[in-house]
Amino acid sequence: MEELLHQLSNGLALGGIYALIALGYTMVYGILRLINFAHGDLFTLGAYLGLTLLTSFGLAGHIQAGFATALVLIFSMGLVALVGLALERVAYRPLRGSDRLCAVVSALGASIFFQNAMMLFYGARSLVYPPGILPDASIHIFGAELPLARFLMFAFSVLLMCLLYWFIHKTRLGAAIRAVAIDPNTARLMGINVDSVISLIFFIGPALGGAAGVMVGLYYGQITYDMGFGFGLKAFTAAILGGIGNIPGAMLGGILLGLIETISSAYLSIAWKDAVAFAVLILILVFRPTGLLGERVADKI
Amino acid sequence: MDNRQSYLELRDLSVGYAQADVLHGISMRVEEGEIIALLGANGAGKTTALTAISGLLRPRAGGIFFAGRSLHATPSHKIVEMGITHAPEGRRVFGSLSVMDNLKLGAFTLKDGKQKKKLLDWVCELFPRLRERGEQLAGTLSGGEQQMLSIGRALMSDPKILLLDEPSLGLAPMLVAAIFKSIREINDRGVTVILVEQNARAALKIADRGYVLEVGKMVLEDKAEVLLANTQVQAAYLGGAKVT
Repeated sequence: MEELLHQLSNGLALGGIYALIALGYTMVYGILRLINFAHGDLFTLGAYLGLTLLTSFGLAGHIQAGFATALVLIFSMGLVALVGLALERVAYRPLRGSDRLCAVVSALGASIFFQNAMMLFYGARSLVYPPGILPDASIHIFGAELPLARFLMFAFSVLLMCLLYWFIHKTRLGAAIRAVAIDPNTARLMGINVDSVISLIFFIGPALGGAAGVMVGLYYGQITYDMGFGFGLKAFTAAILGGIGNIPGAMLGGILLGLIETISSAYLSIAWKDAVAFAVLILILVFRPTGLLGERVADKI
Repeated sequence: MDNRQSYLELRDLSVGYAQADVLHGISMRVEEGEIIALLGANGAGKTTALTAISGLLRPRAGGIFFAGRSLHATPSHKIVEMGITHAPEGRRVFGSLSVMDNLKLGAFTLKDGKQKKKLLDWVCELFPRLRERGEQLAGTLSGGEQQMLSIGRALMSDPKILLLDEPSLGLAPMLVAAIFKSIREINDRGVTVILVEQNARAALKIADRGYVLEVGKMVLEDKAEVLLANTQVQAAYLGGAKVT
């Protein structure tokens, strides 16, 4: 029981991170039918920028780190979002209207560019977040002693997801995003500036991905320039699991995948965790290609 | 040809898709407060003309002028802000959104809450069905209701000119009559209407003037009652046999 609770709480923390990254994939896909392969690297960029900000502010080791951490998170999100905007301008907008494959190749190129740029800038060796930023405390649930940090991670990702959900469903710009996802040309006839909506998507998605990057740094401690590939692939799997293009689907898919991964590594073998995760992807693609919540067909990648 | 500026003017307009031109230098004048019927067979270029006015397609040559301003480089969303709104062919309602959400999107360019409320009241008075079905998903409406929604959504932007593309397509005759009656009422409120229609007779009956397109060229233009009496038009578009 205690073991299970440990794995569940761990899975929720990881799943929340997957969900945040998956949202970036799914929102871009929903609007442009494009898989933004550079998204995983924007996530990594968030982790590195977070580390730079943390250390350069000299915040590491301070007791009163809560407020500072929040600031670092917000700044990292904002910076990654700006990079996301630039990415769309440089790598995707000039190719709008041309063959979809061109944009995919451009996305792969952007991914390689980001990875190498980060490697050159930060070095090829992994870097370590200063320890002791997250609280050491534990909470007791059904006799199990579970680290509070896991719940903080999960709570923060849920908070961001709720904000996103509110934004999409309750605001005028959110309505514009939904309209463009359904039918861009008709959205234009409503007076919606489709280019601005696309920019907005490339702002929100990377911001969430950047937040996930900082969270990984805080929670797991170690970051590498190429970790965006693995996390990105998992988050992409999560997006498909939930139904790509579907926002609640990405949230559900991310959390489910996190749980599946931690539970399978505990009860099966840690060596099998990726195999299980991708087996889930294959099963979903074979038996329910629209994903758990998706009505749309995930036609081409 | 006089040089007086019309409210909306298409001047020697050529528009096309990748391979070929669809419209070959058409001209058209629309005065404020008119209902203009734009007639022609399938493929004549009627929809293309509306699409060019709303800015989704760019002219290859010639120009479009609204209230004296060229729309040459104006993006679609700005054209809506300026007061030209297009209810496109096939209704194009946002099927997975509610009727109310569709209407709210129609008012996307407006900021003033009171104005939106007034427009919504007007639209719901015009099409009471839309209020009844407010929370329903637009995709679950009948064809006629979707047409009402499409027109209502366009009206929510408080347009000066309303472009209507085949509003009667696929509707039962009773509904067609109701839709045309609403178009009259919309026009009575001061909205200029350009009406593309297969149902030429019904269109000409409510229109002030009409234009006839044939394979991308404007072949006729006249007062609606003159076109209704024109034997050529009768033969080609009004089912000539019926009119004696």
